[in-house]
Amino acid sequence: MSRSTLTGSRIRERRTLAGLKQADLARLVGISAAYLNLIEHNKRKIGGKLLVDLARILQVEVGSLTQGVQSTLVEGLQNAGAENGLTDVFVETDRIEDFANRFPGWAALASRQHEHIKALERRIEALNDRLAHDPFLSEALHEVLSTVTAIRSTAGILNADDDIDAEWQARFHRNMYEDSQRLATGTQDLVRYLDTIGKENETPDTPQTAFEAWLQQQDYAPALQSDPNDAAINEAQQNERAQSGQPVLALSSPAARSLADGWMTRAKQDADQMPLSTVLDVLEQFGPDPAALAKRTGADIAAAMRRLATLPPTQSGADCGMVICDGAGVITFRKPLEGFTPPRFGGGCPLWPLYQALVRPMTPVRRVVELTGQPARKYLAYAICQPKAHLGFDAPEVLEATMLFVALDRATGPMLQDLPQDVEAVKVGTNCRVCTRAACPARREPSLMGTENRA
Amino acid sequence: MGKRVLLIEDEPNIIEAIRFILSRDGWSVEIQSDGARAIDAVRTKHPDIVILDVMLPGMSGFEILRLLRQDPAHADLPILMLTARGQKKDRDLAQSYGVSAFMTKPFSNADMLETVRSLVAQAHQTSKDVTPDEAAAESIENG
Repeated sequence: MSRSTLTGSRIRERRTLAGLKQADLARLVGISAAYLNLIEHNKRKIGGKLLVDLARILQVEVGSLTQGVQSTLVEGLQNAGAENGLTDVFVETDRIEDFANRFPGWAALASRQHEHIKALERRIEALNDRLAHDPFLSEALHEVLSTVTAIRSTAGILNADDDIDAEWQARFHRNMYEDSQRLATGTQDLVRYLDTIGKENETPDTPQTAFEAWLQQQDYAPALQSDPNDAAINEAQQNERAQSGQPVLALSSPAARSLADGWMTRAKQDADQMPLSTVLDVLEQFGPDPAALAKRTGADIAAAMRRLATLPPTQSGADCGMVICDGAGVITFRKPLEGFTPPRFGGGCPLWPLYQALVRPMTPVRRVVELTGQPARKYLAYAICQPKAHLGFDAPEVLEATMLFVALDRATGPMLQDLPQDVEAVKVGTNCRVCTRAACPARREPSLMGTENRA
Repeated sequence: MGKRVLLIEDEPNIIEAIRFILSRDGWSVEIQSDGARAIDAVRTKHPDIVILDVMLPGMSGFEILRLLRQDPAHADLPILMLTARGQKKDRDLAQSYGVSAFMTKPFSNADMLETVRSLVAQAHQTSKDVTPDEAAAESIENG
């Protein structure tokens, strides 16, 4: 089914929901009922002013008639449905779009709640880990238990009826007094410590999710002071945010702050090496091609990808998504694009060029990938794996793979050079659980979605 | 001759209390507070029972237990482990290394004394050189 055929169905659905007769709606937009009937049955294409008029009368956005539901919402619902832990609840995963169309508010709520639940689960996991492994906590508890043990044992001796030598009695009394003071100090320390850890982590986020939210809030382009051009742009952005009453949220946990500091340090280095004016020049000539930018500036390819993906949005020549993973394949950075949202938790699709690059360090990989979905979308993906830092000889090898992706229809001429016209797209997904490619050889776990049989 | 206990523990006031309780019951009590020297102490002092703390400076009680049990000379030595952590995985670990008994802190003096007595009595009943008189005396003690 093509996109235009769906538009008619949506108009019909909206009209029915509004309680309007076909003839009435046709009269309001100045066309015949027969013509509207053809449109509603997807037998006539529609666009332009007529579509705008229909949307106005039906009190919906034009986009919601032509594009249906936002794909991020559908993805959110797919995740919620797939990770539904209730065995006795059947989720109609085949009717997600229908649901999101009819009840956009409820759908958004379900999707957000699912995300929130996942975040809370992670938080509980982190707290469990902390209870089990926190060195201060385990030492403090050990101290309290040791003192209690000494006090209990000593009190037991003093309390027994037997005659105890006066000298021993005095000694045990003194021991018990000392231990009771130690216990008092120990418990106070413990309480104070528990108080502070509660405050440091008020948000139910893990450091990684807090760091991502922080980046997202700044459109993945946090203010960099080093480049005067960048600084001016970012200042304007900050002012805009201040006026709209949405200041950049502060990172409350030290762990998230340290992630952000690390990111900023590297972003500044990248910006120093690749000034905005040069980047814009490259963008205009070649489009968001990391190899072209690297060649022009002498920066490495991964740095060029990071620079392209985190340009101030007003300046970027193309929307770029990006994923970075460490040597264990764990995703450490994600910037989604419409239609291509890397999973928040767990690994991505094993077929991503990102992972191909990971097993072939220093070899650039370029692929056209096709994501599942309605409609299936194609992206041009660049990936490379490089050592993360110069650690010196005989140091452990620390690798990092970076993948930049742009919608294929936004990729400009030079980027497609040497790429055969009919190049076959690698059929990938985002995450096995919500992927519909049943027969995929890289499948890690069964899909929980209604699967299509062609892989 | 009185029975000998080797107490491997580093908390002074716990040492003092345990030493008092056991001495009054007729045991001779020796102390080792450094985990790293615990194995040597067992070899030189030949105790009838070892009371072993888990959190020790120098070497963990679990490691001491494991190394002692590797030596055939100490295969049957009664070892009572004391720990502030009574989690199942700690118990399981101690079991797998061949601990004789496991007690969590804080313990009651009576329980500790009772466990020490019965562990030593069991060890003597199973060993072959026990005279009938000794065995009888111990069963009365246990009762």
